[in-house]
Amino acid sequence: MTALAPEHVTMPVLGRLSPHASRADQVAHIAEAARQIRLQDLKLVHYANAGHIGGDFSAIDVLATLYGAVLNVDPDNPDDPERDRFILSKGHVAGALYTTLAAFGFLPVAELATFLKPLSKLNGHPNRNYVRGVEANTGPLGHGLPIAVGHALSAKLDVSRRRTFVLTGDGELQEGSNWEAMMAASQHELDSLTVIVDRNRLQQGATTRETNDLDPLDAKAAAFGFAVVEVNGHDHGELLDVLSAVPFRPGKPTFVIAHTHKGHPISYMSNNVAWHHKVPDEAQLQQALDELDQLQRRQQDEEVARAAGDERQR
Amino acid sequence: MTTTTAPPTVGATDAAGPIADRPRFDCRNAYVETLADLAKNDHRIVGVVNDSVGSSKLDAFKKAFPDRLINVGIAEQDMVGVAAGLANGGRIPFVSAASCFLTARALEQIKADVSYSDRNVKLCGMSPGVAYGELGPTHQSIEDIAWLRAIDNMTIVVPADPAETAAAMRWAAATEGPAFIRVSRMSVPEIFDAATYEFVPGRATTVREGDDVTIISNGTVLWRALAAAEQLEAEGVSARVVSMPTVKPLDVDAVVAAARETKGIVTAEESTTAGGLGGAVAETVVAHHPTRVRILGFDAFQPTGSAGFLLDRAGMSPEGIAEAARSLL
Repeated sequence: MTALAPEHVTMPVLGRLSPHASRADQVAHIAEAARQIRLQDLKLVHYANAGHIGGDFSAIDVLATLYGAVLNVDPDNPDDPERDRFILSKGHVAGALYTTLAAFGFLPVAELATFLKPLSKLNGHPNRNYVRGVEANTGPLGHGLPIAVGHALSAKLDVSRRRTFVLTGDGELQEGSNWEAMMAASQHELDSLTVIVDRNRLQQGATTRETNDLDPLDAKAAAFGFAVVEVNGHDHGELLDVLSAVPFRPGKPTFVIAHTHKGHPISYMSNNVAWHHKVPDEAQLQQALDELDQLQRRQQDEEVARAAGDERQR
Repeated sequence: MTTTTAPPTVGATDAAGPIADRPRFDCRNAYVETLADLAKNDHRIVGVVNDSVGSSKLDAFKKAFPDRLINVGIAEQDMVGVAAGLANGGRIPFVSAASCFLTARALEQIKADVSYSDRNVKLCGMSPGVAYGELGPTHQSIEDIAWLRAIDNMTIVVPADPAETAAAMRWAAATEGPAFIRVSRMSVPEIFDAATYEFVPGRATTVREGDDVTIISNGTVLWRALAAAEQLEAEGVSARVVSMPTVKPLDVDAVVAAARETKGIVTAEESTTAGGLGGAVAETVVAHHPTRVRILGFDAFQPTGSAGFLLDRAGMSPEGIAEAARSLL
């Protein structure tokens, strides 16, 4: 198998639209970012012969929405003390994070070619001391939420408007540290904190239900003092609307249950537990790239139809 | 790293008389007074506790800085993660919790969120070692130094008296990076002069000159080492006593000098014999100048008993330490 090389890194740097861009344009931009990130991430995992493609693909739409239009972060000033913080608690989807950070200018795209190579800065789990934009060295599960609570507390002490977002896996919520942190978030009325759960209902080897059921997750989060919102975690419009509107209840942290599918939208991966950290072979890579192309053409057709509809309404 | 061979700040045989007869002080008082003083002058400093307000003597701090004492409840993993997040937001958290729970329950948070993430978090292990002697091995914390010593990017400080506790706190507040400071509740005599003592990480202090044998110690056992040296002196044995407040990084030069210049080394600490100060000294001696090392500490779960009783029982009474030193002559 060919090893990961510079020619496999072809993603453009997308950057952000003006905050004054229309919602439709923002959503289209996020969709394009998510598509590009998936195309690139597929190649990273295929050629590096390792990675967590299933979890990457369930989280990429959330990541693209956050970095594409929600987070107040600036690649030219990544250490701004007043930046929003995004903490990736499910650190094993580092490939998705690196690719997203590259798409939005935090990481040179060319550096993606070092993914998982000896001495690379792009370890299988993110390291903030090596990669701009990474806020915490996660990997062991159940660490991101307490860190996010600590940051939100610091913002409250500073009387700052900076916000904290943390993305956790759903299986990860089996770690008790999350629930300790949720109690503290509620106790301290941290409404600048948004927890996003990548609710793909699959963990490493089975469904969450078969393993250690989380349901009723909405009721549990509400009982822990959170304002709970459920979204389609692959619908960029829904994600944008919800993540731009937090907090929903003054004094309450927000708990966004993002319903996702592991491996989305690739037909042979989607919602298939086998794809937690399986590597697509040559044929599977080609099929996935083709499917993403077909998806893009369909979206373009829809876009044309929508624009035509708008025209008719005028 | 440099070896300090200057005269000790306070000698074991100075005008204050035998060290064992001097008044004793609870280092937690120096801890809370210093923390409050630091917090007064630096708004970034916050306390983080796991309901351990009273046991850390932080009631006055809480009254003075109500917003800046963050009590996460009985939740150590959350406590250390929250501290890392506070540090991400520019604060300097002093986590203050019983050492047994802080280091054992939150070990992975200490490793990943603090050390590996290189966050400016100060971990203050209260009542470590056998301070909770009567409460048994669940609450005794003889393993904390060995556990944390295995973690990269962690300075480990075991102060021996109030002046050293205060100096270590001031150093920690002024120095970016992770640190673990052990703060005992067991009263100890003053060894260092608060007005002149300067804490430098990785630097040992020869608190008593001697050229027959060396005793390397820290924390609550240092005064016992000095008392042992007084006893040995009466027998005509010249024992050097080296105060090694920083277990990591270790003052390699001071250890090598002791190995080279005296007949052997006794280490004495309120910690497990595996992987603590004794382990660090032995590793150093083997690599640089092999000599005999007697490691005094706890080699098993300890029974119920006061801290003093357990230290004596493990061979760390002044007589026990002197006996170990004699065995190397």
